[in-house]
Amino acid sequence: MATLAVEVVYRGIFQRTLARNIVRQIVFAARKDGKIGTAFGRYSDSPERNGIPAKQFAIVCDTALELEESLAVYEASNVDVTINLDDTLCKGLESWAWYGLQPINELTRDGGTLIVTSRQDADSLMEDIHQKDTAYDLAIIPSTVSFSGLWVYKDDHTDMRVLGTLCKVCPGLVSLEAMLESAQEQTGNETKVASIQRAFDRTTTRPVEPGEGNDETPFSFDLPGWKNMEEGLVIRAIPEGTGYDGGEEGYTPGRSDVFKKWSTRSMRPVINFETCIKCTLCWLQCPDTCFDVTPDGLYDANMESCCGCGVCEAVCPVPDCVTMVGEPEFNDNASQWKAWTADKEGYNKWMTALVDKQKAEARTHGFHHIGGYDEEIKAEEA
Amino acid sequence: MATVQSKPYAESKEELISGSEAIGIACALADVDVITAYPIRPYDTVMQYVSRLKADGNFDFDFIVAESEHSQFEIVKHASAVGARTFTGSSGVGWFYAFEAITVTAGLRMPVVAMVGNRALDDPGAFGVEHNDAMAVRDLGWHLYWVATAQEALDMALLAWKVAEDPRVLLPFALSCDGSFLTHSQAIVQVPSQDQVDKFLPPYKRGTLQLHPDNPITIAPQVNEDWLMEIRKQTDEAMRRTSEVIKEAYEEFREIFGRGDPSPFIEEYMCEDAEIILVGMGTLAMPTRVAVRRMREAGKKVGFVRIKFFRPFPAEELQAALGKAKGVAVIDRDYSYGSPSYGGVLFHELRSTMYNSDDRPMMLNFIAGLGGREVMVRDIDQIVETTQKAIDTGKIEQETTWVAVREQ
Repeated sequence: MATLAVEVVYRGIFQRTLARNIVRQIVFAARKDGKIGTAFGRYSDSPERNGIPAKQFAIVCDTALELEESLAVYEASNVDVTINLDDTLCKGLESWAWYGLQPINELTRDGGTLIVTSRQDADSLMEDIHQKDTAYDLAIIPSTVSFSGLWVYKDDHTDMRVLGTLCKVCPGLVSLEAMLESAQEQTGNETKVASIQRAFDRTTTRPVEPGEGNDETPFSFDLPGWKNMEEGLVIRAIPEGTGYDGGEEGYTPGRSDVFKKWSTRSMRPVINFETCIKCTLCWLQCPDTCFDVTPDGLYDANMESCCGCGVCEAVCPVPDCVTMVGEPEFNDNASQWKAWTADKEGYNKWMTALVDKQKAEARTHGFHHIGGYDEEIKAEEA
Repeated sequence: MATVQSKPYAESKEELISGSEAIGIACALADVDVITAYPIRPYDTVMQYVSRLKADGNFDFDFIVAESEHSQFEIVKHASAVGARTFTGSSGVGWFYAFEAITVTAGLRMPVVAMVGNRALDDPGAFGVEHNDAMAVRDLGWHLYWVATAQEALDMALLAWKVAEDPRVLLPFALSCDGSFLTHSQAIVQVPSQDQVDKFLPPYKRGTLQLHPDNPITIAPQVNEDWLMEIRKQTDEAMRRTSEVIKEAYEEFREIFGRGDPSPFIEEYMCEDAEIILVGMGTLAMPTRVAVRRMREAGKKVGFVRIKFFRPFPAEELQAALGKAKGVAVIDRDYSYGSPSYGGVLFHELRSTMYNSDDRPMMLNFIAGLGGREVMVRDIDQIVETTQKAIDTGKIEQETTWVAVREQ
């Protein structure tokens, strides 16, 4: 008698089909082992928007009776394995279905495993992953992030590699034999089956001790009860803003104290304040009003508000003045303008290095992603 | 137009599908002629699936995407009049937008089958399940069935056409499926073979009522007070007859497909010798059955009755099932503001059912799971505790209790 649960944490839309393939494949394979299961998405995450953190689950049980307990829930209360398909989500998730920031390992059970697809090493990931008072294992699948569109799916074997790793770290869930047989049946593709085997063979895990990791207290808040909510579905306007950072000059708009959504961001804008021509386009076009106007009339992207859509980069008329850079490069939400003001030379050096690195790695996301396929196909053909 | 290239279910086989997808497959197996769609979550999952079946060449039907729910339901009503087997559906306020068409469908005795993906009514806009949307047809002459699993969704869709199209009945049939838990979760479902379905489900024959050039008739006249009561009485009689038709069809279903509870109307779970019986509908059954099993293991005499058919309401079966208990706890995933107990619709129907019964248990009402809030095993435990207290003291302190609602 056993129930095993797996959650797949992914970026909405971009990885929806990928996540679905993984959870379905788990249930198909478990069926081969004579078990029964269910696969479902966290309903309250949807309708998915580009890049929002979302979850899908696979629950596998020995008997239908055991499964019943998992059939009318949105989210399992604890899981044997957490699979994170985008390492930037190691910083936590703030999704439609969760109030505040949910650590990536929130549901990972004592002694469970967190699988992450990443090009970062374990120490670097542990800087982002929140502390937990129980031990678990971390397994890294060396991989660039696999993003695609709503109806399509990037067939780069990420799903197969995840499934192979899963068989290794959680043998009680589904046997490797069943997984290989079921993948052959579902895909009819021997190279995919080989990818499962190879991932299985190459999997290594690193133990994570209780208390290890990011010591930030995850942002949270309490929901009001019916007695202290306003009637008639009224939502009060957010008060007007202040001068920059509460000062006299410039402008920082009023923002919600509770709805932060920055975990939607897998890239953030980096600004070259030297080449900015103060055209106002980023400030005007940002859908989240994330640009603060500085006392000297520049635009400082406030990372407490930015969801990383990339519109600012797209509308900026000056080459490399706004560049979207992958989140793994950052460990806080500090102001870039303040850093630049404090040490212009140091900032410019840091900023130029990041921009060059981004060009080499070509991570894409959101608005930045438009035309990405054409570029990739061209690159492959060349 | 797409043509059928292959019948995918020559043999019975297992699929990993949602309740919506299960109903989509039932549409293909039943060889439905006309399907109309208009997008609203969560029922739209069924329309996405039948589109795919058509695009893949697995199911040929006329697929009409209407400009609103009102037209969507009008079109199937008309198609049904000329003898086409039909399917449609909606959710929440979309279902309400179609209401003029929904009421005339029953009035004209058109056996349209619709799926209601249960969704909270606006405002506030919400996607989660509540039963008030489907329940709004309770007085209009529609069959109203609450599904609990994806397997049941497929099975009862087949039964729906069989019963609705029976010449003794000719009344539309709504299949209620809890949003999310049925429409968006995938479970292992046994899909029957085409041969089994063909054996069970005869073609839709409207006979002399069919609108056709060879059978010149007019339908839907305007009438005055000299006519209306007799017409209403005809529909009432058809609804009275349908219980027998359901029983017959269900027996045949069990024989051909080899599955299903003993009764088509209610499911009794551990009710034998139960002192407290919980009553609910839809996917509420999952946490409730788990809670009942645990309480039984602890020696507590608790049972659960799941009502499957809300219309026709199985009053006799319920009197027999609930009369033996000391206390009955009715869980409503709906509300009826200002109703006699300020409670739910199901509760009032049930209390009315038990009034003329020789055995009248104490009855309490619990409002739970609105807007898709999960009903947890601990909520069920609390419901049983409150009911036990009423039995012990012989007094109902509060007829209606809201479960797991935040106060402050």
